[in-house]
Amino acid sequence: MTGLGTLISVAAAFGWLSLFAVGGAAAAIPEIHRIAVDLNHWMTDAQFADTFAIAQLSPGPNVLIVSLVGYHAAGIAGALVATLAMCVPTAALAYTVSRLLHRAGDSPWPALVQAALVPLSIGLMAASGLVLAFAADGSIAAVVLTVAAAVLAAATSLNPVWLLVAGGILGLLGWI
Amino acid sequence: MSSDSPVAARLPRDPPMSPLPSTFALFVAFAKMSLAGFGGVLVFARRAIVDKHRWMSADEFNETFALCHFLPGPNIVNLSVVFGARIRGLAGSIAAFAGLLAPPFLIVTTLALLYAHYGDVPALRRVLNGVSCAAVGLLMAVTWRMMLPLLKRREPVALVMLVAVFVAVGVLRWPLPQVLLVTIPLSIAATWLAQRRGAA
Repeated sequence: MTGLGTLISVAAAFGWLSLFAVGGAAAAIPEIHRIAVDLNHWMTDAQFADTFAIAQLSPGPNVLIVSLVGYHAAGIAGALVATLAMCVPTAALAYTVSRLLHRAGDSPWPALVQAALVPLSIGLMAASGLVLAFAADGSIAAVVLTVAAAVLAAATSLNPVWLLVAGGILGLLGWI
Repeated sequence: MSSDSPVAARLPRDPPMSPLPSTFALFVAFAKMSLAGFGGVLVFARRAIVDKHRWMSADEFNETFALCHFLPGPNIVNLSVVFGARIRGLAGSIAAFAGLLAPPFLIVTTLALLYAHYGDVPALRRVLNGVSCAAVGLLMAVTWRMMLPLLKRREPVALVMLVAVFVAVGVLRWPLPQVLLVTIPLSIAATWLAQRRGAA
C-alpha cells in the first residue's frame, strides 16, 4: 500500500477522528495510537512514544503530533494531509457556527454540553496517559521516571521543560 | 502573572480596543503565539490578543474561547479561525489558521525528517526514551490537576462518566468515536438531570 492509497487512509482516519476530538489533542491520543499502531501499522509502539516526545519538545499546538504520525505513514505529503484532515473540517465548522451564532442570545445548551464534556475529556486524557505509559515505559526505571515526573509536576510549579530535559539526560546516561 | 493587575486596573476606564489588525498582521501574530507555545498555545494566545495587542477584552476572549471549546477539534485551531473571522472575515480566518499552523508544521516536519534519518542512533534513542517517559508523567500530572475540582465537588455523575470513558478507551481499547457516540448523549442527559435536581 503506497502513495495515494496511504494518503487517502490518512485523510479518512484523521478527518473522521477530528469530529470526535473533544478536549484537544491529548484526549485523542488513544485513538491516534489505535489508528497508527494497531490498525494500519504505520509505526511501532516505541516510535509512537518517540513521536509523543518529539511533539512535546516542539512549539505550536499539540495537535501537530498528527503531522509526525502522518510523516511515518507517507512522508511529507502524509504529514500535510494528516494535519489538514485533523484541522480543516472542524475549523470550517467553527467558522460556520461563529458566523451563525452572532445573535444566538444566551441559550443554556453550550454551558450544559460543556459541563457534560469535561469529565469525558479528562477520562480520555487519563486513557492517553495509560496508553503512552505502556508504549514508553519498558523498564522499572522508566516507570519510576514517569511517576517521579508526574509527582513533581503535580506537586511543584517547576517549569515542565526542565523535567523533559532531566528525562533526556537520564536517558542519555543509560539509566532508563 | 504579576503583570495582570495593572492591566486589569486600566481596562475599565480605557475600554477596548486597538485598531483592528490587517490580514497580514493576523498571520504574524498567530505565528508568534504558536512558536512561543511549548506545551500549549492558549496561554500565549490570551496574552497576545487581550494584554498585548488589546484586540479583544478579557470577556470577549472568554466568550470566544468557550465557543471553541464547545465545538469538536483542537481548541486553539478553532480559536484562530473564529477570531480571524471576527476581525477580517474569511480572509482573516485563513490568515490566522495559516499563521498558527504553518511555521510549527515546518519545524515538526523537519524534526520528523531528522528522526527518520537518525532515529536509530543509540544515543538519540536513549534521550528520546527518557524524554517520553518524563512527558507521560507530565500528561498524568495535568490530568490529575484537571480531575481535582471534580473530586472535590464529589459529583458522582461526572466521576462515573470519567471512569467509564477511561476503562472503555484506555483499558479495553475500544474505538473513540463509538465510545463517544454513546457517552456524550448519556453524559448530557445525566448532567441535565443533575442540574435540574440541584435547582429544584
